Amino acid sequence: MWIEIVLFALLVITAVTIAGLNDLFAAAMLSGIFSLLCASLFTLMDAVDVAFTEAAVGAGISTVLMLGALSLTGNRENQQPLRLGPFVVVLLTGAVLIYGTLDMPAYGDPAAPIHQHVAPEYIAGATAEFGLPNIVTVVLGSYRGFDTLGETAVIFTAGVGVMALLLGRRKRRDGDEVETSGEGHGDAKS
Amino acid sequence: MSSKPPMRMREKVLLRVASRVFIPLILLFALYVQFHGDFGPGGGFQAGVIFAAGFVLFGLIFGLETLQQVVPWSIVERSVALGLLIFGGVGVACLLRGGRFLDYGVLDHHSSMHGQHLGILIIELGVGLTVAATMLAIFYAMAGRERT
Repeated sequence: MWIEIVLFALLVITAVTIAGLNDLFAAAMLSGIFSLLCASLFTLMDAVDVAFTEAAVGAGISTVLMLGALSLTGNRENQQPLRLGPFVVVLLTGAVLIYGTLDMPAYGDPAAPIHQHVAPEYIAGATAEFGLPNIVTVVLGSYRGFDTLGETAVIFTAGVGVMALLLGRRKRRDGDEVETSGEGHGDAKS
Repeated sequence: MSSKPPMRMREKVLLRVASRVFIPLILLFALYVQFHGDFGPGGGFQAGVIFAAGFVLFGLIFGLETLQQVVPWSIVERSVALGLLIFGGVGVACLLRGGRFLDYGVLDHHSSMHGQHLGILIIELGVGLTVAATMLAIFYAMAGRERT
C-alpha cells in the first residue's frame, strides 16, 4: 500500500517538475524517470509484460531518441507567458477523466465486466490447449494473432515513414552523403 | 548526436569499458526475453527494443560509423520488412496446411499444442526482428542528421 502511495507521489512530482522546466535536456531525462516509475507501478499491479515494455520503450529508447532530437535542435524551451485558455481546457479534461474513473470497478475486482467476457476462456485455454504458463504471450500470439499482426504492421509503417521523411530529405539536400546507407537507400526518397 | 560527441565519448575509458561489459549482457538478455517469452514475462516486442537498445548504446559510445559497420543499413532496412513478412508468412503457411490464417495448431502433424508453440515462437521472432530493426532505423535516421 505504502509503496504505491510513494510511487504515485513521485510520479506527480516528476510530472509537475517536467511541466515547469525550460531545460529540455532535464525534461527528457525526467520523462525517462517518469516511465521508470510507471513501470514500477505496473510491476506492482502484476502487469509485468506491460512494465517491461514501458521500461524498455519509455525509459530506454524514447529517451535516447529525445536526446538525439535535442542535439539537432536547441535544448532550451522558448519562454512563453502562461495562457489561461489552454490551461483551463487541460484542467477540465483532467477533471472529467478523474470523474470517469469513479464509475470503474474496484482494482482487482474479479466480478468486473472485463474479467467476465473472454478472459475465463483464455485462462482455461492457455493451459489446456497451449500448455504455456505466460497467458499474455498466448493471448497476444494466438488468440489475438490478428491484432498482433496489425501492430507489427503499424511498427513497420512507422519505420518506413521515418525513413521516407528523414532519409529522403537528407539525400536530396546533399547527394554525396550516402555512405551511411546501402544500395536500397533510393527507395526512401519520396 | 553528429559524429563529434560520440568521438569524445569513445575516449572516456570508464564509458568504453563499462559498455563493453554491458552490451553483450544486454544482447544476451534480449535473446532470453525473445525465446523465453512463452514462459516468463516478455516477448518479441520487448526483446526487439532491448536488442536495439544494446546496439544504440554501442552507437552512442563508439560512434554511428562504427555501428553502421557492425549492422549495415541494408540489413536494418531489409529486416524491417522481413519481420512482418515472417509473421504474415506463418499465417499463410497455416492456410497452406489446411488450417485457418494464424491458426498455428496445424503446423505440427502430431500435436496441435506443439504447432501452437512453434507458431508463437516464429511470429514472436518476426515481431522482434521488425521492432529491433525499426528502432535502429529511427536511431540511424536521427543520429545521422547534421545539425541544421
